[in-house]
Amino acid sequence: MSASLKTEGLVKRYGVLLVTDHVSLDIRAGELHAVIGPNGAGKTTLINQLSGELAADEGRIVFGGQDVGALATHQRARAGLLRSYQITSIFEEFTVTENAVLAAMAAKRHAWRFWKPMLSDAAARSAADEAVAAAGLANQADTPAGELAYGQRRQLELALALAAQPRFLLLDEPMAGMSVQESAAVTKLLRSLKGRYTILLVEHDMDAVFALADRISVLVYGRVMFTGTPDEIREHPEVRAVYLGEETV
Amino acid sequence: MSTSLLLVQLLNGLQYGVLLFLLAAGLTLVFGIMSFVNLAHGSLYMIGAYAAALTYAATGSFVLAMLAAMAAAMAVGLLLEVTIVSRLYRRDHLDHVLATFGLVMFFNELVRLVWGPQALFVDVPEMLAGTVSLFGINYPSYRFAIIAVGLLVAVGSYWLIHKTRVGMLIRAGAQNPQLVGALGVNIGLLNAMLFGVGAMLAGLAGAMAGPLLSVQSGMGEPVLITTLVVIVIGGIGSVSGALYAALIVGVVDTLGRVLLPMALREVAERSVADAAGPALASMLVYLLMAVVLALRPQGLFPVRRG
Amino acid sequence: MSSLLHRPALLPVVLFAGFAAVPLVATALEQPFWIAFFARILIYAMAASALNLALGYGGLVSFGHALFMGLGSYAVALPALHGIANGWVHLALCVGGSALVALAVGAISLRTSGMAFIMITLAFAQMGYFLFVSLKQYGGDDGLPVASTSQFGGFDLGSTLTLYVTALVALALVTWWMAKLRASPFGMALRGARQNARRINAIGLQARRLQLVAFVISGAICGLSGLLLANLNAFVSPSSLTWTVSGELIVMVVLGGIGTVLGPVIGALVFLGLEEWLKALTQHWMIIFGPLIVLMALVGRRGIVGLLDRWPRAPAGPASAAAPVATPPAASAATPGTATKGGL
Repeated sequence: MSASLKTEGLVKRYGVLLVTDHVSLDIRAGELHAVIGPNGAGKTTLINQLSGELAADEGRIVFGGQDVGALATHQRARAGLLRSYQITSIFEEFTVTENAVLAAMAAKRHAWRFWKPMLSDAAARSAADEAVAAAGLANQADTPAGELAYGQRRQLELALALAAQPRFLLLDEPMAGMSVQESAAVTKLLRSLKGRYTILLVEHDMDAVFALADRISVLVYGRVMFTGTPDEIREHPEVRAVYLGEETV
Repeated sequence: MSTSLLLVQLLNGLQYGVLLFLLAAGLTLVFGIMSFVNLAHGSLYMIGAYAAALTYAATGSFVLAMLAAMAAAMAVGLLLEVTIVSRLYRRDHLDHVLATFGLVMFFNELVRLVWGPQALFVDVPEMLAGTVSLFGINYPSYRFAIIAVGLLVAVGSYWLIHKTRVGMLIRAGAQNPQLVGALGVNIGLLNAMLFGVGAMLAGLAGAMAGPLLSVQSGMGEPVLITTLVVIVIGGIGSVSGALYAALIVGVVDTLGRVLLPMALREVAERSVADAAGPALASMLVYLLMAVVLALRPQGLFPVRRG
Repeated sequence: MSSLLHRPALLPVVLFAGFAAVPLVATALEQPFWIAFFARILIYAMAASALNLALGYGGLVSFGHALFMGLGSYAVALPALHGIANGWVHLALCVGGSALVALAVGAISLRTSGMAFIMITLAFAQMGYFLFVSLKQYGGDDGLPVASTSQFGGFDLGSTLTLYVTALVALALVTWWMAKLRASPFGMALRGARQNARRINAIGLQARRLQLVAFVISGAICGLSGLLLANLNAFVSPSSLTWTVSGELIVMVVLGGIGTVLGPVIGALVFLGLEEWLKALTQHWMIIFGPLIVLMALVGRRGIVGLLDRWPRAPAGPASAAAPVATPPAASAATPGTATKGGL
């Protein structure tokens, strides 16, 4: 169910600026791997290259043993590489259920059907309901996404990725803008997903990162400064310097 | 085909291209900076043509006629911008299309109501009724004058855009419209001015085209659509792109209409050539657009977005 | 009694029953003109419905749909000129031709978006217009009478009544399909692509491919309306490919209610009815119609169906019946069990 993801020497330049500086990551199947770093470190740019929305200038991306560098975003999604967005990107006019069923239906390749209602697709429906429930939105199932509160929108953001039969989840700051309680709920959710899917988690919320991650990579100025277990990261002197004054670790 | 005939057609192509540039220059900026789809630009061209025709008939002065055309078109353009267009900047492109479609309908009918459906004929001004001697051929002075005026406007617009503060604002606006507004520039005034200047150029084009084409209701739309093709080929928001694309389109269209039927007659049976020739020639510019889009969807000389 | 009035299918039933009654009423009043007039409404309703698929569901602002109507019309006139009166041949050429052209135009135009897409579709329609104008052997600017209307076995679409019934049945089927399509996997994916193309790609679907397929289906159905129009008028001309026709179709869709099922049909009815009424008042009716369209654009785009939705609901009012047909069927999706599933 879960797949591994390796990058080898990933490089992205904007002019002379090296936004992604020879990043090599090795994320094992079933692992929850966090990427942390100060603002401007290039975390979202990295995710965009992994999802295929941005083309890398150099380097390889190997997903589940397959080189996916040449694949477009939708093809990587089909292969099970799903992402969620830092700035919520959902289908505002559709209800929560319709959002999730759309994602599930896409994953099951049922999109080219022109008559029977999408919501009557039993397989897609059950996958969607499961994702919606896991994300904590079951009691909002029939609410149009545009009417949800901010925290609920972030939950739907996650549900969409979950519903689409992922083998790997690229999560870009899922807890952005959330209250303490909401973040705790999402942490609980992610913990329940550990092992089932491989997760690359980009987050600023250090409590969540240290509670969840199997390993953490620290990204500074586009370069992976250090990869290690949460304990190793806590002790690392350079990491402490980078974060001094930002968050207590 | 004789070289002198070819040269004449080439110059005709330049002249057509220059008229297209006058229309395209203002329109591409409105597209690029305000992101506003202005289908009523052809109506401003028509208003200019009518203003020029009527002023020339009343005063006998073509210079006055051109000034009247620019003033009338600019006035109507500013009025439209302030009352209708500025309310629609934040809306969907569909709303722009609907509103300007309604305006075109209105202006075409208004013109028909006041001056009737028949075409007005404008004489070429006497001063320019002769020919000039160019590269060994005799070319109509009036058409040459149009080329001259057009190139003058091109040089003027280059100076404005690259050598003045206002031009810098325009270039900045083409790259990043929101940022320019956030910098405290009176964006409302800039937009209105841009719209007005574009309208003025359209009016000028209408005035100059009057003696060549017939001045009547609905004259604006065919030219507008060709202008849209020019803008797409050149790159939305790019005035230099509009210039090069306008000249290319003008020359390809004019030469194509002459050369293509001739070429076809060489390779195909006469009846087929006579049928297919004009048909293919009329489609040539659109085929060019299709090819450009297939290879470079952002246009040939796109503005590099910030 | 009140439960009958609350039935969601009421508005379309009333609408189509009304259309069906037209020939009967017209014949009784000895005013056969109305049959032809309403036939035209049915045809444009179909063209507008086709456009609604691309524009309303898909978010593709095509200003060139007149091209497909024109192609459909010429698909009747050209074979007829060469002695082919077989309706099935006309139909095949019509649907096949429109679909192929829509595929080509769509494939190229969808390489752009936004303003460029609008301008390019407009340009392609103009190209079609110039093509038919320059084909002098097929009438050129003057147009071409239809030498023989489409014959389907015993049925001749040249007879106004036969045409009317055919158009009505065709419109009913198209409307039914559009309703089904809206909630179908393809329709939902297409509407998702309009709302958020990036997310559609991120869940594994290709937004552009969805839009292209929608554009092709839209072009084919629009072509079909052209075939009917050619039979109604027994005449075709390049003037049916002009940008004004494309613009009028957009107005019909928006006026009726963009993205809804019945919007295009109501829009065509109101547009053509209003046009007819204004024409009777003055030959310069466009001077009134133009500003009305500007007003419609300024005021906002819920359309007539949207207005019906917002009508203050009396207990047994027809508006409540209109809503489920017209708006996204959110409520009807709920089943009792799901709402109570435990969350976090």
